[in-house]
Amino acid sequence: MKPNEKLDIREILKDLDKYEPRRRGWTWRKPVKNLELEGNQYSDVSEPLKNSIPLPGAKYFNDIDPQPIQVITSEIASGRFEDDIRRMRMAAWHGADHLMVIRTAGQSHFDGLIEGTPQGVGGVAITRKQVRAQRKALDIIEDEVGRKINYHSYVSGVAGPDIAVMFAEEGVNGAHQDPQYNILYRNINMIRSFVDAAESKKIMSWANILQIDGAHNANATAMVAWKVMPELMVQHAINSLFSVKSGIKKENIALSTVPPTAVPAPDLKINLPYAKALRDFFDEYKMRAQMNTKYMESSTRDATVTHVLNMMISKLTSADIQSTITPDEGRNVPWHMYNVEACDTAKQSLIGMDGLLELVELKTDGYLPKKVRELKERAILFFEEMLLDGGYFQAVEDGYFIDSGIYPERNGDGISREINGGIGVNTVYERDEDYFAPVTAHFGYNNTSQYNLKANESPSKLINGSTFENRSKIQYIDELDQEDNVNQRLAEKEKYLNSNLIKPEVEWLADGTIVLDVTLPTSIRYAEAAGLVLAEKMNLLEPEVIHKEILHIAEATRIQIKGKVDFDINLNDLTLPEEPDILSDNEIKEFVNEHGMKIVAGTVGEDEHSVGLREIIDIKHGGIEKYGIECIYLGTSVPITKLVDAAIEANADAILMSTIISHDEVHYKNMKKTHEYAIEKGVRDKLLIIAGGTQVTPELARNQGVDQGFSRGTKGQHVASFLVKNKKED
Amino acid sequence: MQKKNVRPDDFEKRRKHLKNLSDAKLKQKFWELAEKTVDPLVKLAYKNTTPAIERSVLLRMGFSSLEAKALVEKTIKHGLISKGAGHVVYRLSKIKNLEIRDAGLALIKDKYWKMVKDSFEVKK
Repeated sequence: MKPNEKLDIREILKDLDKYEPRRRGWTWRKPVKNLELEGNQYSDVSEPLKNSIPLPGAKYFNDIDPQPIQVITSEIASGRFEDDIRRMRMAAWHGADHLMVIRTAGQSHFDGLIEGTPQGVGGVAITRKQVRAQRKALDIIEDEVGRKINYHSYVSGVAGPDIAVMFAEEGVNGAHQDPQYNILYRNINMIRSFVDAAESKKIMSWANILQIDGAHNANATAMVAWKVMPELMVQHAINSLFSVKSGIKKENIALSTVPPTAVPAPDLKINLPYAKALRDFFDEYKMRAQMNTKYMESSTRDATVTHVLNMMISKLTSADIQSTITPDEGRNVPWHMYNVEACDTAKQSLIGMDGLLELVELKTDGYLPKKVRELKERAILFFEEMLLDGGYFQAVEDGYFIDSGIYPERNGDGISREINGGIGVNTVYERDEDYFAPVTAHFGYNNTSQYNLKANESPSKLINGSTFENRSKIQYIDELDQEDNVNQRLAEKEKYLNSNLIKPEVEWLADGTIVLDVTLPTSIRYAEAAGLVLAEKMNLLEPEVIHKEILHIAEATRIQIKGKVDFDINLNDLTLPEEPDILSDNEIKEFVNEHGMKIVAGTVGEDEHSVGLREIIDIKHGGIEKYGIECIYLGTSVPITKLVDAAIEANADAILMSTIISHDEVHYKNMKKTHEYAIEKGVRDKLLIIAGGTQVTPELARNQGVDQGFSRGTKGQHVASFLVKNKKED
Repeated sequence: MQKKNVRPDDFEKRRKHLKNLSDAKLKQKFWELAEKTVDPLVKLAYKNTTPAIERSVLLRMGFSSLEAKALVEKTIKHGLISKGAGHVVYRLSKIKNLEIRDAGLALIKDKYWKMVKDSFEVKK
C-alpha cells in the first residue's frame, strides 16, 4: 500500500476466513542508546519510524521525529470497527503502537462469543471477524510505519475464557484481564469470575498476551478518588499474584496505574508518592501508566494539562506503556483528531522530558518517603483486616472496596456484592475425579492419566492437536445478522467510498459533524441559547453545545457547538491554489550572478518584529543573501515612505515588507499604502513589492496591490524564486 | 465489616506493629499477605469449572461458538458438566469411533447422550 492512498476496507474484509495472524505475543519498542538527531542527543528513545507525522515544531529541525521509549497506547472504539481502522492508521503515524479497542456496552454480560460485525455502542462488538479485520489492517499499517503494533482488547465478562481462546487464536497481543473488574463494576458473581479468570489467564499465558489489570477503574469510580490509593495497591496485588499462579510470566503482567488526583489538588504531592510506593512493591511487574479521567470535564485544554502532569510522573518513576486518554473523552466518545492529539501530547511530553532522571532525582528524606511509607503500611493494614474478616469474598460482600475513606478510614459507601449473587451465580461446578479436557493451556485439575497420558504430554495429543496446534480446526463464522453488519453499513456509505465526494467527519465516514468555537459577549446561559440560534442560522443539523467556558460572568462566554452538515463537497469541483513554484538554488544563483539583484527590506508600521524577515534575508538562516542578492535592511517600524524612497535611491529591484501585527487589518492597509505611494512616485512598474507575515494570505495581499504575499513557512528560496521569475519575465 | 462500616482514620494506632519494620520487611509482608489472600482463590479455580471454561475447551477442540454454547447447555442438562463438556465429546468419539466434530454435532442433535452417561455411570 502507498502512504498517499486510502485503506480499502473492502479489500481488508476479503478472504478473512483464510486470514492467519503473523505472530503471537507482545512487542516492546527497540531502545536506541544515545540516539543523535540533528545534533540532539537523546537518552530514552526508541528506533525512529519509517513513516510518521512529526510534531509541528519539527519543521525547524529538519522534520526529525524522535520516538519515546515507552509503548504508546491509543484507545479507539467508535462503534464501527471499519472506521476505527482508518483512525488506527492516523494514530500509528502519530506514534501509537498499542491500539486498544473498547468493547460495546453489554458485551460483559453476553454468555458466549458474539459473531459477525454488529454496530456497537460506546465501543465495538469484539468478534472473531472484527478482530481478524483489524489485525489484518494493522499488519499493513505496521509495515507502513515500520514498527510492530500491538492490538488489544478485553478478556472479561461471563465469556472470559471463550474470548481468551479467540484472542490466542487470532494473534491479539494484549488484553485487560482482572476478575475484580467483573465483580465490582459488572456485578458478575465473584466465584464465577475468579474460576473463569484462572482459565483465561492460562490461555493468555500460552499466547504470550500482555495482561493489563483493571485497578484504575477504582479511581474513576470512587467518590474521593485519591483516597482509594491503599486499596488500589491491594487490588493490583490480588490480580498480579493470581495471574502468576495461573501461569502468566511477571514480565507479561502490567499494572494499570493511574495518578488518582488532579488539579486543583496539588497533583504531584499526592500522585507522586503513590506512584513511587506502587513501583517499590511491584518492581518485578510492568507499569502501564494510565491518565486521570476522574476529574475530566469538557475542556480539552484542561484534560491535556492533567495528562502532561501525569506523564511527568511516568518519567519520574517508570512506565513501560504510556496510555493516552483523548482530551475529548469528558464530552463524547473520542473523535479522530483527539486520538491524534493525545498521541502527540504523549510524544511531545515524553521527548520533552527525555533524560529527566539524569537531571533530577527523587528525594530520599522528608515528605516523599514519609508518604510512600504511609501508603504501603495502609495497604498492608487493608490486607490484614481482610484476612481477619474471612478473606477476599467476604471483604467484597462487606463493602471493603471503593470506600471513600483512606483505609483504615471507612465511610461506609463502598461497593458491596453478595457472594451468592450477581450475574452467573450458581454456575460454578466442582470437577469430578474423572474430569477431563483434551486441550492445551487448560488450568486446574485434569485427569489425563485415565487416558494414559504422561504428565508432560499435552492433553490435546488425544485429539490430534487443538486449534492452538492446528489452526485449520478453527470454525470461522462470518455474519449472523443480515441487517446489522459491516456490508450493510458500507453499502449505505457507498457514494463516499473511494469517490471524489467528501463530507466532514469526526468518527464515522461522512458523519457530517463539525464543531464551532464561538465567543459571545454575554453570560453563560444566554451564550448557550444564542449559540444554538447561531448554529440554526448556519443550517447546522442536530446542534448541541458541547463545551462552555466563562471568560467573564458578564463580559463573555466561549462555547463549542457540534452539529451536522448535510451537503457533500466534490473534489473535482475544487480549484486548488497554485503550489509555490520553486526554482533550484543553482538556477537562482546563475540568474543573480548574471543580472544582479538588489532589494530593500524592513518591517513596516509600528511593528518591532524582526525574526521572520531576517530569516528570509540572512545568509546564516538560508536566506536570499546566499544567492548573491544584495539586501539593504532598514530595520523595524519603518515608515512606508522611507521604504519606497530607499528603494528608489538604491535603484532596487524589489521591496520586501514585513508586517506581523494584523490588528484591525493594519497589515493589509500598509500593503495598499506602499503600493499607492510607489505609484505616486512613478516607480511602481519597475519595483516589485513583496509582503510577508504570519497573518498574510497571498491572495488578499495581491488584492491590496502588492505583487505577492508570503505567509507562515516561507523560506528564502520561495522569495528568491519569485524575484527571479518576475525579473526573467521583464 | 458491617458494624465497622464507618470508622475514623486510626492509622497511627493500627500501624504500631509495622512502624519499625524495614522497607524490605514491609514489602515481604505485603506479598505474604497477598499470597494468603490469593491462595484460596487459586484452589477454588483449580477444582471447579464453569460454562465459559467448558465452552473455551470446546472452541479449542474445533467447535464454533454457537456449537460450543449448545453443547455446554446440553451437558449441564444431562448432569455431565462435572466430567467436562470436552470430555463428553471425546468419550463419545471413542465409544462410537467418530471424529471429534461428528461426535459433538451428534450430541447437539440430542443423539447418544444415554450412551455417554452410561459410560460415565451417571444415573440421572
